[in-house]
Amino acid sequence: MTGHPNARPLMRRLFEPQSLDDMAPVPKALTYLVLLFWTLVVLFPLYWVVVTSLKIEVQVDSGPYYFPFVDFQPTLDAWRFMLLQNNTLWPYLNSIIVALSSTVLTVFIGALAAYALVRIRFQVKLAAVLTFVVLVFGVIAAVVRFAVPWPVAVAVAVVLFFLTLSTIGRRFKTAVGNNDIEFWIISNRIMPPIVGVLPIYVMFQQLRLLDTQVALISTYTAVNLPIVVWLTRDFFAGIPLDLEESAEIDGASKFRVFFTIALPLVRSGLAATFLLILILAWNEYLLALFLSNAHAQTMPVLVSAQNTTRGPQWWYMSVLIVIMIAPVIVVATFLQKHIARGLLAGAVKG
Amino acid sequence: MNIATLDPAVEHRSSEWLDRNSGRIMVLPAVLILLVFAIFPLIVSAYLSLSRFALAGGSFTLTFVGNYNFRRLLAGVQQYHLVGTFKPMGVLASAVFAVFAVSVVAWLVRFCRTGFSLVGLAGRLIAAGVASALLFAALGTSFSGGVEGTLLTTLLYVLVGVSAQFLLGLGLALICAQPIRGRNLFRVIFFMPLMVTPVGVAYMFRMLADMQKGPFAPLSQTFGISNWSWATQAWSARLMVLVGDSWQWTPFMFIVLLAAVEGQPRDQVEAAHVDGAGGWQIFRDITWPAIAPVAATVVLIRLIEAFKIIDMPNVLTAGGPGLATESLTLHSFIAWRTQDLGGSAAIGYILLFVSTVTCVSFFNFVVRPTRRFQ
Repeated sequence: MTGHPNARPLMRRLFEPQSLDDMAPVPKALTYLVLLFWTLVVLFPLYWVVVTSLKIEVQVDSGPYYFPFVDFQPTLDAWRFMLLQNNTLWPYLNSIIVALSSTVLTVFIGALAAYALVRIRFQVKLAAVLTFVVLVFGVIAAVVRFAVPWPVAVAVAVVLFFLTLSTIGRRFKTAVGNNDIEFWIISNRIMPPIVGVLPIYVMFQQLRLLDTQVALISTYTAVNLPIVVWLTRDFFAGIPLDLEESAEIDGASKFRVFFTIALPLVRSGLAATFLLILILAWNEYLLALFLSNAHAQTMPVLVSAQNTTRGPQWWYMSVLIVIMIAPVIVVATFLQKHIARGLLAGAVKG
Repeated sequence: MNIATLDPAVEHRSSEWLDRNSGRIMVLPAVLILLVFAIFPLIVSAYLSLSRFALAGGSFTLTFVGNYNFRRLLAGVQQYHLVGTFKPMGVLASAVFAVFAVSVVAWLVRFCRTGFSLVGLAGRLIAAGVASALLFAALGTSFSGGVEGTLLTTLLYVLVGVSAQFLLGLGLALICAQPIRGRNLFRVIFFMPLMVTPVGVAYMFRMLADMQKGPFAPLSQTFGISNWSWATQAWSARLMVLVGDSWQWTPFMFIVLLAAVEGQPRDQVEAAHVDGAGGWQIFRDITWPAIAPVAATVVLIRLIEAFKIIDMPNVLTAGGPGLATESLTLHSFIAWRTQDLGGSAAIGYILLFVSTVTCVSFFNFVVRPTRRFQ
């Protein structure tokens, strides 16, 4: 509060703030109006899903009813049917298992790689990379065009790889460094999953792992790995070096330093990353559509499969949507602040 | 392990080996996973896109057909599906394209005069080529009365969707950063749509937009349009996809931009306020420069993800009416379902090419310059 508020003309008092921590009445009212409007935009669809899940077919078909107990009598029929008679719990369990385990794996592997890329200098010989790429092409060509059994092709390629490395590798010294490796890992995210999913499908078919949780978990891990590396590298780069150095002087190995010093220091960033990846894995649709069928089906696929010939049965569908989003919303509401901070850290340095 | 604990020398040697190679061991899992699930499929897909797949008995055959799949999609019998149906361009469309072409050439010439580099020129040439081709396709199909294909529909989702989400997110972030009560509550609420599964969002909006049984049915009855359906019109169906997508992704922009706005230099804002600067001035001179790098990066992230859109159009409209809402990923998926694996992989590669060029160009021409001022 500065001076006497009443000394200012009325219009200025209405429109201009007196200090940064306060707002003038008119902008304040407008602000609240906008905020309330957007709250409605966000909450009304969610409200409608919850309400619809309490209806029966007649109540949905005979026109919109808005308020339970006021203009229609809510029942738990749809809930009872979906949870007890319909096969909902198995996909739900699948979703939980797949999302949780792939997230744990992704965050662990990603953080490990990110830490190493931040703290240890890498020199990978360009010759090795090129040899490797050429050999991968060779193996695929041999298998696809000349019908060489794949174990044979891979074994020959491995032998060739080490042979060439021990001969050519000594001559060409050009190397790729940490930034190149990091860029390569992160750039994998640009690849649309549809490009990779066909060969992955065939691969799991060959390994007889199609329609299993293992297939989904490993694929999700690969898809989300770039995000973890990209986010966590900044967390690790942000912690002071001397802590780790003094531990290393005391004789601790890199792994020990990673687990006992680095990881605990970045735990809030890790929590944000974990949650973000969990949401992505929980909601993933395209890969699950390709790689799972009846046995490993996840919730998004189950939800989208509800579009029967009679048209979607909204009351059942709503139950599915509610049980899908409820746990994530509860968890994320508590961790929301961390997510923002974590994402911001990544976005600043990218 | 027993042996190792009994023999200190062995333990010492193995731990030394571990320590020396710790970096490699830490990175190896990530690299292996990406090799198996990204690089290997990428190469196989490249091969698939150059061949024809056919089921023969219980097995299948792959025949190498060169660039047949790409030719068919970009200029042949399937051009209508991927690019669109062309109509002769009118005067206005030709003029727009001419203006664009001239400004692109001017941009390239200026680059050659000021800071020439071979890689830079190559990158700019590719970006300019792709942009011109896409603009030409848009002008030749949609603008001249033709029908646009999945490539242009995807671009529409990306450009319009991401812009809308960014502007909405930024607006909400600026409003939420004001000194108001209940900020945290609003923040939590605004964040929610991000967590709803996209498939769920699509069904939700189908439910809401139902003209007969949805919550807005009384409204549509008053206007006498209860028999009209948004799903039967190309542009209303596309708008629906955009609305659903924006509802879902605005929170992402919002949450990151809000954190950035709150991190802006507070003393500068206070000083400007004391000097009598208005809200717009403060935004232009202090807030925007402070959040520009973050803003550019979140837009980049959204660009990368927006190109992959499939759930929303697949569930909302199944790509219809006609091809109106079909995205490239959905197009590829449909090709896969009809056993056209070569075509499916080719579409995937076209998507990969367009999205890579767009994202890399955006990174080089937008994200990098904003960071330079930091």
